[in-house]
Amino acid sequence: MARELWKGNEAIAEAAVRAGLQAYFGYPITPQTEALEYLSWRMPELGRAFLQAESELGAINMVYGAACAGARTMTSTSSPGTSLMMEGLSYIAGTEVPMVLVDVVRGGPGLGNIAPAQGDYNQIVRGGGHGDYHPIVFAPSGIQETVDTVYEMFDIADKYRTIGIVMVDGSIGQMMEPAEMPPMKEVRKEWPAWSTSGMEGKRDRNVLTSIYLDPKEQEMTNLRMMKNWQIIEKNEIRFKEYFMEDAKFAVVGFGSAGRVALSAVRAARAAGIPVGLFRPISLSPFPKKQIFELSQKLQGLFVVEMNSGMMLDDVLLSSQGRVPVEFYGRMGGIMPFPDEILREIKRLHSEGWQAEGHPRDRWLAKLERIIEEE
Amino acid sequence: MTTTNIENMQVIYQHPEALLNTTTHYCPGCTHGVAHRLVAEVIDEMNLRQNSIGVASVGCSVFTYNYFDFDFVEAPHGRAPAMATGIKRVHPDRIVLTYQGDGDMISIGTGEITHAAARGENITVIFINNANYGMTGGQMAPTTLPGQKTTSSPKGRDIEQAGYPIRASEMLATLDGAGYIARRSLHDPKNIRLAKKAIRTAFEIQVRGLGFSMVELLSTCPTNWHLSPVDATHWLEENMIPYYPLGDYKVHPALKDLKF
Amino acid sequence: MPLTGTIVVDENLCKACELCIVNCPVQVIALDNEHITPRGFHPAHLFKEGCTGCGTCAVVCPEAAITVYREKRAEKESNA
Repeated sequence: MARELWKGNEAIAEAAVRAGLQAYFGYPITPQTEALEYLSWRMPELGRAFLQAESELGAINMVYGAACAGARTMTSTSSPGTSLMMEGLSYIAGTEVPMVLVDVVRGGPGLGNIAPAQGDYNQIVRGGGHGDYHPIVFAPSGIQETVDTVYEMFDIADKYRTIGIVMVDGSIGQMMEPAEMPPMKEVRKEWPAWSTSGMEGKRDRNVLTSIYLDPKEQEMTNLRMMKNWQIIEKNEIRFKEYFMEDAKFAVVGFGSAGRVALSAVRAARAAGIPVGLFRPISLSPFPKKQIFELSQKLQGLFVVEMNSGMMLDDVLLSSQGRVPVEFYGRMGGIMPFPDEILREIKRLHSEGWQAEGHPRDRWLAKLERIIEEE
Repeated sequence: MTTTNIENMQVIYQHPEALLNTTTHYCPGCTHGVAHRLVAEVIDEMNLRQNSIGVASVGCSVFTYNYFDFDFVEAPHGRAPAMATGIKRVHPDRIVLTYQGDGDMISIGTGEITHAAARGENITVIFINNANYGMTGGQMAPTTLPGQKTTSSPKGRDIEQAGYPIRASEMLATLDGAGYIARRSLHDPKNIRLAKKAIRTAFEIQVRGLGFSMVELLSTCPTNWHLSPVDATHWLEENMIPYYPLGDYKVHPALKDLKF
Repeated sequence: MPLTGTIVVDENLCKACELCIVNCPVQVIALDNEHITPRGFHPAHLFKEGCTGCGTCAVVCPEAAITVYREKRAEKESNA
């Protein structure tokens, strides 16, 4: 298959189609609407189900129904829509049926704006909805990696009967880059044995629900889900490392923040600074072990995000206080430039690391001046 | 005790196959049970059980899936029509039904039911209207009558403060996607028989792909109305029917040629 | 002359709501106060002759607890 120029949202949509997507339900919201629009002709073209729902609330519940009925199904949305879907995600998790969600994050909170951000981390990575559950969350960078991640996520969600979330940001949704599409998978013809697809005289009835009135039964369900989660934690850690072999300290960033950080790291290396980049792709499960190992051998970890420091908390937790942690972020839909990150890298290299105080406070102390000088 | 010998008799009525032979959690005399029975009878008569998928909702109806012997899912409060849509779009040849109460369907679920009807989703909605939120202990619902006392309108529903009830059948019947919308009552044998015919019609609409079908069933809630089951049927007849007139609110033109 | 009928009430299902009692056109159903079901109800039962097997009780029963039987008409005529 040749490399073609793809717009992020459309690439996401086509990758899902190639993965055997059978039913898409969505709602317009910037900056992911092109995914809905693309699928509005692509799905019917292939004889598959497409519907624009009355709201994100409707969409996630249609996905819930289709998932219970045994179909490969997904929805895509952006931050305010993701919030609306939290109820549905909790129910889907509690029912233990698979689905895929693509969240194209924008500035917030509230209505915010349509510019790229990473401020949904806390909402998504911790589950977001009520109750005890953990979705799988991958945060790819660039369009090819996003295509590959979306394509694979359907198999992963099916394998564990869990929610698979691909979290990108508005810039990935909107940018155009060359990418190669994976091969078209056949749509499934047999319905999973557990699904509510109609008995057809072949089996006893199936009931899919998330209600367990007896706390003992609920706890058994929670335990089953946690054991499943432990297997996921063991098998589905993903990350990429750049210039780490001889690095004295590392930048930690995901998604587009990781990509911008890579430019900064390259420039720093060209200037002789021994810095590397650790780019988590799986945010849930989080690469705790890897961060801990880095905290044993590096001088410091420099977290860069497009939010107020959300993965920062996970890095602090995983490094267990063994290494100084610094933070730099932009909020509200502003994307950092490589120069901003390079400036911080140079400062850390020449001035050293601070162990006192919280990295978020240190960052906030200088952010206003940085913004003024822009 | 009579001593009639049943061996020489024919069975006039027995427990429907589509209904599991188990006791229910519904209060004595609650007409949820009648509604369940009628739906099961129709599904048996139309031989739909092997192809049916039900969507339970939240309310006293939350355990509906314990009572019907076919595939069932549980929707969040109000979202059953959206779940049903997802199921029907993936399985257009199956019979998909939702079973919803008044709080579920026409309070929190107003968006979902409206758009399912507008889209003409070929699903069947069984709508139980008993003028209160039963399962949570009898609070005011969008269908609670003016002046009716509930636990969240203890002095009676005050129109000034809480506004007016919603007539869901009339409202949804304005939508072109609706193929059959009818309101019946479960308070006496004659009306129960008419309700069964309406439920049959609704499923016939779905089988023929003639659009969204819904049967609103005026129902009793003896416990939260603080009445005996028998008195509750009288209260329904005297108070609910004048506000919620029985009738056919949307009838697909093709229905006049259908025989069943 | 109406046909003879009878009913069998499943005492595991009957909740003594009395809807069958008030709706029976020949008033032959009552609660059996001599008996308590495993669920703690006095179940409905036929307390005198006269059931015609019309099925009205089963129509109103919320529990589908009632099985209704009726004489076969052919049998009746052949006995006449």
